[in-house]
Amino acid sequence: MHERQPAQPAAGAADEPPLLEVSGVTLQYKTEDHLITATYRVDFRVFRSDRYILLGPSGCGKSTLLKAVGGYLSAVEGTIRLKGEAISRPGPDRMMVFQEFDQLLPWKTVKQNVMFTLVKSGRLKGKAAEERALHYIEKVNLTQFVDSYPHMLSGGMKQRVAIARAMAMEPDILLMDEPFAALDALTRRKMQDELLQLWDDTRFTVLFVTHSILEAINIGSCILLLSPHPGQVKAELNSSGIDEVDEASGLRLSDRIHKLLFSDQIEAQERTPHV
Amino acid sequence: MSSTPDMTAGRRQPLHARRVEFVREKIDASACGVVEKPLTVWEKIYNIGALRKIFILLALAALWQAYALWLGKSLLFPSFSATVTAFWQGIESGELLQRAWHSISVLLMGYACGIALAALLTVAAISTRIGNDFLETMTAMLNPLPAIALLPVALIWFGLGSASLVFVLVHSVLWPVALNTHSGFLAVSNTLRMVGRNAGLEGARYVTAILIPAAFGSILTGLKIGWAFSWRTLIAAELVFGVSSSSGGLGWFIYVSKNDLEIANVFAGLFTVIVIGLFVENVIFRNIELRTVRRWGMQA
Repeated sequence: MHERQPAQPAAGAADEPPLLEVSGVTLQYKTEDHLITATYRVDFRVFRSDRYILLGPSGCGKSTLLKAVGGYLSAVEGTIRLKGEAISRPGPDRMMVFQEFDQLLPWKTVKQNVMFTLVKSGRLKGKAAEERALHYIEKVNLTQFVDSYPHMLSGGMKQRVAIARAMAMEPDILLMDEPFAALDALTRRKMQDELLQLWDDTRFTVLFVTHSILEAINIGSCILLLSPHPGQVKAELNSSGIDEVDEASGLRLSDRIHKLLFSDQIEAQERTPHV
Repeated sequence: MSSTPDMTAGRRQPLHARRVEFVREKIDASACGVVEKPLTVWEKIYNIGALRKIFILLALAALWQAYALWLGKSLLFPSFSATVTAFWQGIESGELLQRAWHSISVLLMGYACGIALAALLTVAAISTRIGNDFLETMTAMLNPLPAIALLPVALIWFGLGSASLVFVLVHSVLWPVALNTHSGFLAVSNTLRMVGRNAGLEGARYVTAILIPAAFGSILTGLKIGWAFSWRTLIAAELVFGVSSSSGGLGWFIYVSKNDLEIANVFAGLFTVIVIGLFVENVIFRNIELRTVRRWGMQA
């Protein structure tokens, strides 16, 4: 696999404003009997054509953060700006791809599913929408299944349709919430490579949530590490797509991430006497 | 995890001697051929659902005929053949068809009004909390109330005529349809809701593009129950309060035939009710099901 350089020479080049700017965002949600702080004063910036990964253990608020960018819940403090505009509600400029296989409308065929958002958002109509849909269905290699209903497809194929549906909108930013987490390991690896190939074609911007270190390294151009309870930014690392040894620390990227994410736990373990 | 546990490798040696690794070429499996055996004629026939059901119906008809002949009291229990003859005569003279059509047209009117009201109520229930409370309270109060019990009131308000019948029909359709539709809406998965909102859908467009198709299984169940309730209510209402002898429906036909001691005609009337019920269930609803929820994989 060839290396994928960031679209700009250096991420965060001063001449271009960030596409997505998350500054000081605290998110809370209520359960039956608790008010839970999911993230506390999180900052990060995503530039055009970034493959930006939110990585962290469960409970670090990464999915909540993604939902907030999607406009499904609003921040208690801080702002989320897309192209300088504050996000207030869900919209087709930020297309979500969910983890669940039931995100496809079961009453529509593959083609109709991809056309659904195009037509309902008023972006395209009739023939134009169909052509665009077929184009992206071809990109995810599902041309022979255009007229199949979702229940006839495998999990990986359903996720491909969801990705095609999101990409067909050509949104400002793609939001992916662990889209491959429910797939088997072999399919997951294949889907990651396919996603990278799509990125080579269209250079979309994606904000990708995962809890897999290897997936983060493989897919991401930039990885934001979040620590849990409540979610806070731990580090921001660059990835070239390969688990390389970093010269400064002498560690491989995956080991660095592992250490950063679990350093608190390791210290805690060392303090407890061995039995 | 990619951090290879070199230090523990020594401890993870297998207990046996290491196996010899191998890689194989794929062999051509086409020589094996497909092994299959056709089903016997009897198995094929048995696999046709409609034939199995027809067999059951024929068996029941035979039993009916045998029992009626053995009993020999045509006034109490006319034979199957006598019922079919009366049914056929009723069709030929046009009376049965006319009665049935009268019942069905009143029924459809009530059914349509009931569904429209149910749609209004459920949309109100999912958009506002007070609408939700209203629907819950109303269904809790009125769903258990037999529609026929409202008929005396309806007769006082609307007089003898179709209007009273439509009123009780609306009552019998509205609550089951509203209840099922509402619970169907509530059961729509959160992911699908988010997909709809992601597309920028709101209000009525959101309801028609996401909620109604996603809840179609429940809605269809509600429509079926509503249909059965209203059909029952209508026949019962016509039996008790025949609207007028010239333009009464099937219930009235049964009632009048009983008074005239034409028991075969009573059975023919009942037979018509059953036939219409079977037709609606097995042809109309079945086809809607096949074209929607079954096709979409939402129902096995």
